[in-house]
Amino acid sequence: MNTRKYLLPAAVAGVLALSLSACGGGGGGSTASSGGDAAANLDGRGPITYVQGKDNSNVVRPLVDKWNAAHPDQKVTFKEQSDAADQQHDDLVQHFQGKDANYDVVDVDVIWTAEFAAKGWLQPLKDKTAFDTSAMLPATVKTATYGGTLYAAPQTSDGGLLYYRKDLVPTPPKTWDEMMSMCSIAKQNNMGCYAGQFQKYEGLTVNASEAINSWGGKIVDDSGKAAVNSAEAKAGLGKLVEAFKNGNIPQEAITYKEEDSRTAFQDGKLLFLRNWPYVYNIAGKTDGSSKVADKFGIAPLPGKSGPGASSLGGHNLAMSVYSKNKATALDFMKFMTSEETEKFYATQGSLAPVLGSLYTDPSLTSKLAYLPVLKTSIENAVPRPVTPFYPAVTKAVEDNAYAALKGEKTVDQAVADMQSAIEAAK
Amino acid sequence: MSTKLPERTTAGAPAQTHHMPGRESADRKQVTQGRWASVLLVPTLVLLAVVIIYPVVNAIIMSFQKDAGLNPATGFFEQGGPAGFENYMHWLFQQCNGQSCPPGTLGSQFWNAMGTTFFFTVVTVALETVLGFWMAIIMTRSFRGRSAVRAAVLVPWAIPTAVTAKLWFFIFAFDGIANKLFGTQILWTGSEWPAKWAVVISDVWKTTPFMALLILAGLQLIPDEVYEAAKVDGASAWQRFTQITLPLVKPALMVAILFRTLDALRMFDLPYIMTQGANNTTTLSILVVDQIREGFNSAAALSTITFIVIFLVAFIFVRFLGANAVGAATSSGRK
Repeated sequence: MNTRKYLLPAAVAGVLALSLSACGGGGGGSTASSGGDAAANLDGRGPITYVQGKDNSNVVRPLVDKWNAAHPDQKVTFKEQSDAADQQHDDLVQHFQGKDANYDVVDVDVIWTAEFAAKGWLQPLKDKTAFDTSAMLPATVKTATYGGTLYAAPQTSDGGLLYYRKDLVPTPPKTWDEMMSMCSIAKQNNMGCYAGQFQKYEGLTVNASEAINSWGGKIVDDSGKAAVNSAEAKAGLGKLVEAFKNGNIPQEAITYKEEDSRTAFQDGKLLFLRNWPYVYNIAGKTDGSSKVADKFGIAPLPGKSGPGASSLGGHNLAMSVYSKNKATALDFMKFMTSEETEKFYATQGSLAPVLGSLYTDPSLTSKLAYLPVLKTSIENAVPRPVTPFYPAVTKAVEDNAYAALKGEKTVDQAVADMQSAIEAAK
Repeated sequence: MSTKLPERTTAGAPAQTHHMPGRESADRKQVTQGRWASVLLVPTLVLLAVVIIYPVVNAIIMSFQKDAGLNPATGFFEQGGPAGFENYMHWLFQQCNGQSCPPGTLGSQFWNAMGTTFFFTVVTVALETVLGFWMAIIMTRSFRGRSAVRAAVLVPWAIPTAVTAKLWFFIFAFDGIANKLFGTQILWTGSEWPAKWAVVISDVWKTTPFMALLILAGLQLIPDEVYEAAKVDGASAWQRFTQITLPLVKPALMVAILFRTLDALRMFDLPYIMTQGANNTTTLSILVVDQIREGFNSAAALSTITFIVIFLVAFIFVRFLGANAVGAATSSGRK
């Protein structure tokens, strides 16, 4: 019985392999492409649900309570997702695929907006559901626009800042080359000169795009096609590679994420740091945790011949096409992006507003001193690639930029590979 | 072998039924019993079908579907339709749209990921087996504080893998303990081999206790008399180890190695948290998770490939190396 000899082992092996690998199976379901009906339920009013990631600084609940007190017949239920961005993304995908009518208004990261719009899950904000963005910073509106149509309302924003040691550098550099020329000061003080986030993760895409955009390059063009293989992009990425090579960016920065680079700056190991506004308060703490508490200043990111092009963070508010109460949803979105609410985001959650006027509002600048500088940063910002293939595009940028920074590839090769890797996404 | 072991009495003895009053009633009883048995098995089978067979079959069906593609005219995604073996070709032959996948795509990383996965599996399981055996031998001796040692050894295994990964991530940071301790300036997570060894070290630290515990269970089944008899016959310590301990602990050892191998083949959390898969530490599971965000159907094909690989490894273990986790209990009669 030769077959029997193999039958039992095969069965055992099968059960073992199954029980161990079954959990790795696919995400389930096929991707619906047609989406819901964007013309349905436009006048619908009634209770809705608002979905957002973990409300760590208690911003959303007071706002929802305020709305509910004023609209007892159109109550909003707040559904809180997890803290991790990836999980929030996957949760939204699952509910949209299930055509869930209970995910009326959702909070989407700027980098997911195009993907969700292209999948047909977001209500286009035009005609009856038109949304006025004229007071908002143009770069933030760009992140919410796909194929010329607005699909979401900018809610909060974020941009990169240059932190510098004002005790060593009296006036901050305006251009990259000026900053590099100041690196001798760092050497004299036995510290690293500049660092951003260069570990192979989303932060590297942010830093590499900033370099590429600052020199006039593009990762994708306005129609979403790969457009990175240009002399400008090579020049921009080349500046980072050069700084790594000559030691102006310390070697260990290849392992830095936001927090590692912040600690290095706080411990006095860096002259210049590119990071987000959140560092401002932490590095300014006078309880001894920061060695540079009163020794640092902030400036816009340095670029080719003026301020650099920061990448944009932040979130947008979008309405599901499957929502039954779109009129209520639209009103709620307006409420959540009103001037008063935007102020509340800033004071309560340290979230940067999308309304340009608020950046010079004295009631806010007294609390968040970095706002005027951040405004320059966001005004010069270029959104990260607006493309429905964002995961593939960011992977293409990360992998090849990382190889270039480590000297495994020439800049020309890295940029050419980025181009073909982005083109491979279909 | 000089020290012939007594056959286990239960092994090989066919289940001797009680003497029944009449053949006929015994037969009927067997039939009803058989029926009852199948009725009682139904809930289990249904459960298995729902939680294992359905997802796996569904994943296999999905793997033959194209991922939704963007229609450039409308800017919207459209259903892909049947794909044949395209998704599999994409991974196995690294084909992206009819040409070889450029660097920076997931498709270009398949064989690297396969190699990395097997590298991690072979190296970690080998190290864990040797160290685990050593720890088990220490723990099986009787000495004061033995239970304290056993409990202490278990601590790394009790810590969730994600926490372990974060812990070692900090240890291997540039300013971390590892560099401070040895006075080195290694970028542990910043270049290929240090990154790989960092993952191996954390994995060995975490799972050696599991190995040790399984081997310890095997060691304790060996009766002391056997060792005493060997001593009387004048066997040296090395002879006792190779002639008694090793062969007798082999069944337990093989099961332990099998479990660890299958576990290591799906390694995900350690490299994902420590290096994000950078510097050639991307395992197959990391690749699957990354692909899920780019397209389910292609990810289903990749996880099916992973499943087949694990299946083959498990088959080889069970069939040719005699590691039989399930069979050991059921088919003890087979010689």
